[in-house]
Amino acid sequence: MGDPMRIRAAETNGVVDVKILMKHDMESGQRKDASGKLIPAWFITMVNVKAQGKDVFNAEFGSAVSKDPFLNFKYKGSKGDKLLVSWIDLRGDKRTDEATVS
Amino acid sequence: MNLHRRNLLQFTAIFTLMASAGLITEAQAEEWNKAAFEGKSLDEVFKALGTSTPEKSSLISMNAPDIAENGAVVPVSISSNLKAQQIAILVEKNPSTLAAQFFIPAGTESFVSTRIKMAQTSNVFGLVKADGKWLMTSKEIKVTLGGCGG
Repeated sequence: MGDPMRIRAAETNGVVDVKILMKHDMESGQRKDASGKLIPAWFITMVNVKAQGKDVFNAEFGSAVSKDPFLNFKYKGSKGDKLLVSWIDLRGDKRTDEATVS
Repeated sequence: MNLHRRNLLQFTAIFTLMASAGLITEAQAEEWNKAAFEGKSLDEVFKALGTSTPEKSSLISMNAPDIAENGAVVPVSISSNLKAQQIAILVEKNPSTLAAQFFIPAGTESFVSTRIKMAQTSNVFGLVKADGKWLMTSKEIKVTLGGCGG
């Protein structure tokens, strides 16, 4: 299982502002190591966010998303909403973290 | 064999292996839009997204720096007054033109902010699919230190 992500979600006037910082090296497959060999691609490919069990955001990443991916989006919701953020990467490694909207 | 093709074959092999090993479901293996992320040009990505060159629209805004000090971390936000179903970020001069795409369910605002890598100074395109139609805006972002390689 990957490293925990940081999730910040705050509601104002019925809109929840969600900020997520995932922990992942996001190797693009373009970099070379010290011996000149290509470091294989290894990055998060899909991210799913559910609030109260319903999808509120889905993302697909390519090799050009920065290390420790950051996401910010907004959805109609309420304080106390239970958020579930899940990602999967090229190697099939997964991570799910929860947060409650403040 | 060129590097990109080798990566593609690796992705394919890995996904197929993972799917057959039950590590990820077939559905998940197919969901990631490999064809779109393989596109090496704007046209290839547009095609993979199912559109011809989208019309420019002033209803889409892109918030991004004019000059990115560090090409490895370039903050880009896309927002729109349209009711977006999908948003995509394309970097014209990147080896893999499509940086990311987002699916916006009803109830979620037409807005996303993230950070991308840019190999070099390039036009960056923010695409929005609304009412089944893709529209776009673009901005040139200058990169002083490229973000794709060592």
